[in-house]
Amino acid sequence: MAATIVTSPPAQLHLSSPTGPRTRLRGWRKILLYVVLIVAAAGVLLPFYWMVMSSLKTNNDVFTIPIKWVPDVFVWQNYVDIWTKADMATWLKNTMVLSVAVTALQVFTGSFAAYGFSKVRFPGRDVLFLTYVGTIAVPWQSYMIPQFILMSKVHLSNTLWSIIALQAFGAFGVFLMKQFYESVPEELSEAARIDGLSEYGIYRRIILPLSVPALASLTLLTFTNTWNDYLGPLIYLRSPELWTIQLGLRSFISQYNAEYALIMTGSVLSVLPIALIFILGQKYFVEGIATSGLKG
Amino acid sequence: MATTLATRRPGGRLRLRNTLTGWSFILPNFVGFALLTLVPVVALFYLAFTSWNVFGAAKWIGTANFTRMVGDASFWTAFRNTVYYTVFHIPLTLVISLGLAILLNQKLRGVAFFRTAAFFPYITSIVAIAVVWNMLFSPQYGPINQFLHAIGVSNPPGWTTSGTWAMPAVIIVGTWREMGYYMLLFLAGLQSIPGELYEAARVDGANAWQRFRNITIPSLRPTTFFITVMLTIGSFKVFDLILVMTNGGPGQSTLVLSQYIYQKGFVENQFGYASSISIVLFAICIAITIFQFLMNKRRDA
Repeated sequence: MAATIVTSPPAQLHLSSPTGPRTRLRGWRKILLYVVLIVAAAGVLLPFYWMVMSSLKTNNDVFTIPIKWVPDVFVWQNYVDIWTKADMATWLKNTMVLSVAVTALQVFTGSFAAYGFSKVRFPGRDVLFLTYVGTIAVPWQSYMIPQFILMSKVHLSNTLWSIIALQAFGAFGVFLMKQFYESVPEELSEAARIDGLSEYGIYRRIILPLSVPALASLTLLTFTNTWNDYLGPLIYLRSPELWTIQLGLRSFISQYNAEYALIMTGSVLSVLPIALIFILGQKYFVEGIATSGLKG
Repeated sequence: MATTLATRRPGGRLRLRNTLTGWSFILPNFVGFALLTLVPVVALFYLAFTSWNVFGAAKWIGTANFTRMVGDASFWTAFRNTVYYTVFHIPLTLVISLGLAILLNQKLRGVAFFRTAAFFPYITSIVAIAVVWNMLFSPQYGPINQFLHAIGVSNPPGWTTSGTWAMPAVIIVGTWREMGYYMLLFLAGLQSIPGELYEAARVDGANAWQRFRNITIPSLRPTTFFITVMLTIGSFKVFDLILVMTNGGPGQSTLVLSQYIYQKGFVENQFGYASSISIVLFAICIAITIFQFLMNKRRDA
């Protein structure tokens, strides 16, 4: 059902070189547009600017009338203190372990399954795929309770394995990769079949090398998703030594609720890795969103 | 249909081989998917009719959970708040993300930077942005109320500390966070509209508004439809943002359905009752999706 509509954004998009309706603006209209865009961008990014600047202030300087847009003195010490006041190292390590494991599994099993769904024909395939897509419309919050009971029964709750298991096999990866494989011409695999290559060989030697951009998109989207997840870890990771950065930051906030500057320092550190990944791979983010239209 | 090619060939052997090959590809993912998604979804429909706290065994109690829900004032508050969030969040996000997409669909130097900026909030962690916004919204010294004072609002709202303003505050942050994502989808839609349509309209003397009204809006219909479905599902499951920003408060002014499920299930250990609330959430999302698909089909016909 959703499959038909989800394909509506065209699979191959080159957002950097627009082909659609566009006009070459001249003169004052161009200047006006720039002014609007700069104001809008400043508005969108202001909370991040405020976060970074507050993380470099003394605690008393965070809230002042009028606002200090630039700290009087830059308190880099905040970035030293946070490591002793909070268990940042453990939280970052756990989050990294989870994000890498989930991403690896999601990318591998997702792309493998997507090949079965898009290039191998067998009875029941389309119904099965519909089941996958259908679960995307079901909010996770509605089945988190039976899932939790199941995980507890097999004694996986309160382990990092629970998060790995529950996020690694989502329908999202299958879906995104299938969208991409559909755009690979069938003749290519046909030719390989005639040359005697097995389906696994075709996947490994032809499809995988072709799908590097899609794999990169899936990798980035899954990684950021896992890094930023809050509800999953909140339910499953009860022991402090298993906490992710999101849980840790949350508990740090309630524990040091008046240490505004340090809270902002922790927030910056929780966003920083994702910001770096985003800057390095923004092309793939755009591609992934445009091909899949789906996330979270 | 799709299977004809394989099935028409002589002998079922090829078909069997294809089936086995197909399944071998899908299996590694399917095992996890079936155990951790399908089984829980099915189990939900049993659990909702039981009474179960963590220690005992599940006891079948028929529709008692649902009867209890009808008389549960907190449930209705959560329900109304979820609808409140949805009703404002959807149109607001649609308009802003479409506006951004149109602005950023121009041939301009530096357009990539602006797209990146708009998308950035979407990939950052909810905990971090919730705490930043809470500080920005802080009633006395927060930059937002300082700004409001500066432009002459003598009595600015208390935002997350006020029963009336907490929900609008959450909606503002939710919209700010998600608009860049939907902007990208709209941008993709805009770029699939053939430029000739606009050329022809211009030759016919259509002004910018008429071109927007008669070309852009109708051409974007599939995209708009898809985005509306995603936004609806997204709004009904809103949770993390609210949990971190307001924890449902003050009072119950921002309590939403997902959070009520969490509270009943994981805080109060009433798995059965929490499951029946989950069924309501499940049913709403499925019903809205199906309804929107039917509407879309009818307009297509």
